[in-house]
Amino acid sequence: MRCSAGDKTPGASPPNHDMSETNHIKLPEGSIGRTTTTLNLGPTHPATHGVFQNILELDGERIVKAEATVGYIHRAFEKIAERRPLYQITTLTDRLNYCSAPINNMGWHLTCEKLLRIHTPKRVDYLRVIVMELARITDHLICTSIVGVDAGAFTGFLYVMQFRELVYEIYEEICGARLTTNMGRIGGFERDFPPAAWEKLERFLKEYPKAQKELETLLVRNRIFYERTRGSGAISAERALNYGFTGPNLRAAGVDYDVRVHEPYCSYGDFDFRIPVGTTGDNYDRFMVRTEEIWQSLSIIEQAYRKIQDMNGPDASVYHAEVPEYYLPQKSEVYTKMEALIWHFKIVMGEVDIPAGEVYLAVEGGNGELGFYLISDGGRSPYRLHFRRPCFIYYQAYEEIVQGSMLSDAVITMSSLNLIAGEMDA
Amino acid sequence: MTLTSDIVREKLTEKFGDSLTEWAQPHGILTFCVPRDMNLKVLSFLYDDESLAFRFLTDLTAVHYPDRAGEELCVVYHLHNLVANRRLRMKLYAPVTQPDVYTATRIFSSANWMERETYDFYGVHFIGHPNLKRVLNVDEMDYFPLRKEFPLEDQTRIDKDDEMFGRG
Repeated sequence: MRCSAGDKTPGASPPNHDMSETNHIKLPEGSIGRTTTTLNLGPTHPATHGVFQNILELDGERIVKAEATVGYIHRAFEKIAERRPLYQITTLTDRLNYCSAPINNMGWHLTCEKLLRIHTPKRVDYLRVIVMELARITDHLICTSIVGVDAGAFTGFLYVMQFRELVYEIYEEICGARLTTNMGRIGGFERDFPPAAWEKLERFLKEYPKAQKELETLLVRNRIFYERTRGSGAISAERALNYGFTGPNLRAAGVDYDVRVHEPYCSYGDFDFRIPVGTTGDNYDRFMVRTEEIWQSLSIIEQAYRKIQDMNGPDASVYHAEVPEYYLPQKSEVYTKMEALIWHFKIVMGEVDIPAGEVYLAVEGGNGELGFYLISDGGRSPYRLHFRRPCFIYYQAYEEIVQGSMLSDAVITMSSLNLIAGEMDA
Repeated sequence: MTLTSDIVREKLTEKFGDSLTEWAQPHGILTFCVPRDMNLKVLSFLYDDESLAFRFLTDLTAVHYPDRAGEELCVVYHLHNLVANRRLRMKLYAPVTQPDVYTATRIFSSANWMERETYDFYGVHFIGHPNLKRVLNVDEMDYFPLRKEFPLEDQTRIDKDDEMFGRG
């Protein structure tokens, strides 16, 4: 935090007894008469939880005007993607919302599948649902517990954090990576979930509810937390829609829009779950909507796990669709089978052209509608790829939301909106 | 009554006649093209009409087609009617020499940063935008990096001192 021009005595002229001293202090034009303070919150401030900046104009502790600045970690993914074959773009999507990277990976593969008109088996869909809901839980548990941290309650964060670690171990069993997962293939997964992944998933399903309940006991009816979050950072449903809010932040304002229900992708229609909605769109409602979504996600994972266990015959072991021209074959087969070697070579060297077309696919990311707008002209890489990043779109409302509120409320608002710099800047 | 693509198309044609062109439905989203100076008229009609009610701007971006002389830049709007759950894609073309397009910020607050991003990367000049400046790139940048004439670095170049990363 850096302060500047904090003179609270309007109209006071500088003392005139020493001319040489006043000459050598150079203050910005008009700064003597100012009654407000400019405060740079960010770009590297612990409260921003990421690299972005808010230039706040403060009158005492009250925010008169806010200006949000983003772009500090812009990496030109959309430009880079114009030269990459489809599989190399998966690694770019990891780095958008890195709190729930598998959702981005699956979203990208689903987009490719939509363009290539590939139909995936049910078991693949259910495996994907499990991974995506795990990612949603990790995303939400970070957000909800960080709201607690920013309100002064650090403990709850540690209760749930160890379970994010467990989820990362599950990712590790599935794909070998933890944070930037690069998980899956076009048409399915690179291999079936190993037994260790299922064991850890069972452990997660058994033990996580207890930690989540503890976090809720700590915060939900906590007087201090309640007073800090109720009524602050509120946005009406109408404004939220006009500002392009999606996901939990829109639902907290009372609009029941969820991509999983509106346009069920990946067989989400097979599951029974509720969409929690809030009423006021304030920090408390955002916290509560995310909390309830964690429970819904747990229920979806259990349903998907049961559906997979109930499968039998050849369905019970399938983990990818039969699309040899796009599905990268297993390494063991590449070394031993001629066809696999040929397909591997063709896919890796970019010999397989993508059909021309224009496709928009949205998935429900941790923060809302994560959209992929892909235009292909028939070459080996996209002609144009645009990511609809929910964070980027709703962060512009921040200036309006915090105007007139206290500085400490602005910090909580920032964390309850769950701003992820990687997703904002692309 | 469900809002089908046919109804949307019929209503729009009834109102705007032949000025809307290039009707298509790639992968399920009704797509059409408007003349450059009519984008606000069409957007507000889509917003205000009770049965259409496309009141959610999902996405706004641009595409560069250097081969289309006189209409190199294509601005793409993705709209959504959340009640009827129908998506719509609207396009308009602008020349790269004078890419002036009316801003949609009066209708959608969300268009603010999306238009700034489009300006930042493609140089589309949104007339009437309250704060049209770069959003992701540095202010000093004097080109529009997502246009096709800016190629990515040649991956086979050898003139670069890259010893730090083990490629030198």
